[in-house]
Amino acid sequence: MKVRAQIGMVLNLDKCIGCHTCSVTCKNVWTSRDGVEYAWFNNVETKPGLGYPKDWENQKKWNGGWERTKRGKLQPKQGAKWRILANIFGNPDLPEIDDYYEPFDMDHDHLKSAPEMEAFPTARPRSKITGERMEKIVGGPNWEEILGGEFAKRSKDYNFEGIQKDIYGEYENTFMMYLPRLCEHCLNPACVASCPSGAIYKREEDGIVLIDQEKCRGWRMCVSGCPYKKIYYNWESGKSEKCTLCYPRIESGNPTVCSETCVGRIRYLGVMLYDADKIESAANAPTEQELYDAQLDVFLDPHNPAVIDAARADGVPEDWIKGAQESPIWKMAMEWKVAFPLHPEYRTLPMVWYIPPLSPIQNAAEAGQIGHDGEMPDVRSLRIPVKYLANMLTAGDEEPVVQALERMSAMRAYMRSKTVDGVINAAIAERVGLTPELIEDMYKIMALADYEDRFVIPTTHREQVEDAYDLRSGCGFTDTNGCSTGISKGSLFGGKSRPLKMPEAMS
Amino acid sequence: MHTILFGIYPYIALTVLILGSIARYETDPFTWKSSSSQLLRRKQLIMGSVLFHVGVLIIFFGHLIGLLTPIQVFDFIGISHSAKQILAVVAGGIAGIMALVGGGMLFHRRWFDPRIRRNSSFADIAILALLLLQLVLGLATIIVSLQHLDGGEMARFMAWALGIVTFDPNAASYIQNAALIFKLHIFLGLTIFLLFPFTRLVHMLSVPLQYLTRPGYQIVRSRRSEPLSKQTPGE
Repeated sequence: MKVRAQIGMVLNLDKCIGCHTCSVTCKNVWTSRDGVEYAWFNNVETKPGLGYPKDWENQKKWNGGWERTKRGKLQPKQGAKWRILANIFGNPDLPEIDDYYEPFDMDHDHLKSAPEMEAFPTARPRSKITGERMEKIVGGPNWEEILGGEFAKRSKDYNFEGIQKDIYGEYENTFMMYLPRLCEHCLNPACVASCPSGAIYKREEDGIVLIDQEKCRGWRMCVSGCPYKKIYYNWESGKSEKCTLCYPRIESGNPTVCSETCVGRIRYLGVMLYDADKIESAANAPTEQELYDAQLDVFLDPHNPAVIDAARADGVPEDWIKGAQESPIWKMAMEWKVAFPLHPEYRTLPMVWYIPPLSPIQNAAEAGQIGHDGEMPDVRSLRIPVKYLANMLTAGDEEPVVQALERMSAMRAYMRSKTVDGVINAAIAERVGLTPELIEDMYKIMALADYEDRFVIPTTHREQVEDAYDLRSGCGFTDTNGCSTGISKGSLFGGKSRPLKMPEAMS
Repeated sequence: MHTILFGIYPYIALTVLILGSIARYETDPFTWKSSSSQLLRRKQLIMGSVLFHVGVLIIFFGHLIGLLTPIQVFDFIGISHSAKQILAVVAGGIAGIMALVGGGMLFHRRWFDPRIRRNSSFADIAILALLLLQLVLGLATIIVSLQHLDGGEMARFMAWALGIVTFDPNAASYIQNAALIFKLHIFLGLTIFLLFPFTRLVHMLSVPLQYLTRPGYQIVRSRRSEPLSKQTPGE
């Protein structure tokens, strides 16, 4: 057993309202730069839909993630190392920027500088890549917002696998949900595995996956290797970039920007202890439906004294062990089993998990007659097909998703009974395999979702790994340019000058 | 003049190549990259890039082995000068045409595709143009070369190249009487060496062969400076 700690995230899709605050705040902080205008480290998709980049979930097309070979070996779906190297001159699996969208800006200046005209001046789009006029915008970061576009296109959604999907194109049967996405900071990251330069790494202390910008040579194998398409090639700098899980904030015990600003309070951050020795065998489970359980098996119970001793021996700090014991992620993923990994069949063991959304009963007219199971509706008659959620979260295994939806539904029924009727209905809790205490804890964390309950993030212990005295008179954060001020007249080697904008004295 | 161009200029070019590359790697590693433009436009890239790179690699190693292996080695193995020249002409010709076709596709894409053109630096376009010119010159030498298949002139180039790397002061004199086209080819080649550290060509020094020998797939970095056993865990 080799105990490591990881900051995991859970998103409660039941509460996501699709406001995109997470995406916008993330963009403002991280990707409002040249070359990554098209990149959204966090984006929110309306499902069912093809998503961003288009059809990203379809690994038959993109070859992202891992596969178990016929001989039972685990290797990147792109191919073994020699195969990846052989593609270095031209990567056949790399998306083109149009698969995301061509980034654009508007001629806002025209609105105030236009001469007197018959027609009202408009701000027309201009490509950020070529600087030329775009006559028609054909794609954007959220092109299918609230089921935008025709069903025939959106129904190519990979999660419709094994579903008679035609009926969901009918107005009466239509359904939708939001899916906010970011880097999964996987336990078995395919991006790290496919980087020929060895520039991508997972941090031992908190599991965050980062790209060393000085070591990245732009071979772009990570972009195609990541099945979630959450590594972006910066076409201006020629380096790959990705979500950093806002590590400067995490290190100081603060939630990521997307989590902090989430108005629906759907995001949770906490520590998970896991056994690093089990990763490979878990990711290499014989069938895809076993992967969810295999990943649960990698996590270690932070209340188990043997685990605590092993964690201490492996250098996990005391407050991280305490953090793991109070982790909302542990409760939702392991105790209540309401959170699931996104597409476990990619074999990356992702660490951003999702609570499936409840939805209205499919046919309101019939709601009184069918689909009611005592106080609780039958979750199989909910508007969003369980199979669809299972394809997304458990490689198609419906049972765990049904249980989670039943538990969430039971939580509502129990609390309604308690607060409206003043009756503690323990039978509801028992029917879904919980106790009244557990349901009330679920209610506190999932429904009330106080800040302190959502974010249990111990700070990083840098004092254990470096001597602060050695860091005196250092230069803090830099733009990979040593201790310079950032004011330079360009570089002999083709680096661009990025002058700091200093406030100028007013006359 | 001949001595300056072929006796001294090689040393200037190689010095700038070596010191410039080290300086760039040390001071500005962020700029060390392949500068791939595949994301912006896939068209013509995969075919063009594969042809170009494979062709250039064959030519590069052909020149490296062909020029710097002492001629005695070939004599010892029993490859006649004439046979070696024919081998060089055939292999170099095929690879040269591959590289020229691929490079031509890449140049066409870079010049005429507005996305790529807009995001190309002067150095990007210029070095590709120089490489294409060098390929044309190199292929043109074949015409001259075919007029005398005895391998004698080739042996003189080998002596010159070996002379340069072994600091032979008379190296330049070995190719005093070479045809102009060869001299142009050599001069441009040295110039490309000179420009190497200031262009995207540096990415060829980062061929990620160590990927094949990397143990396993995953990389975990730790901040720990000393092994765990020495540390006192927790508080």
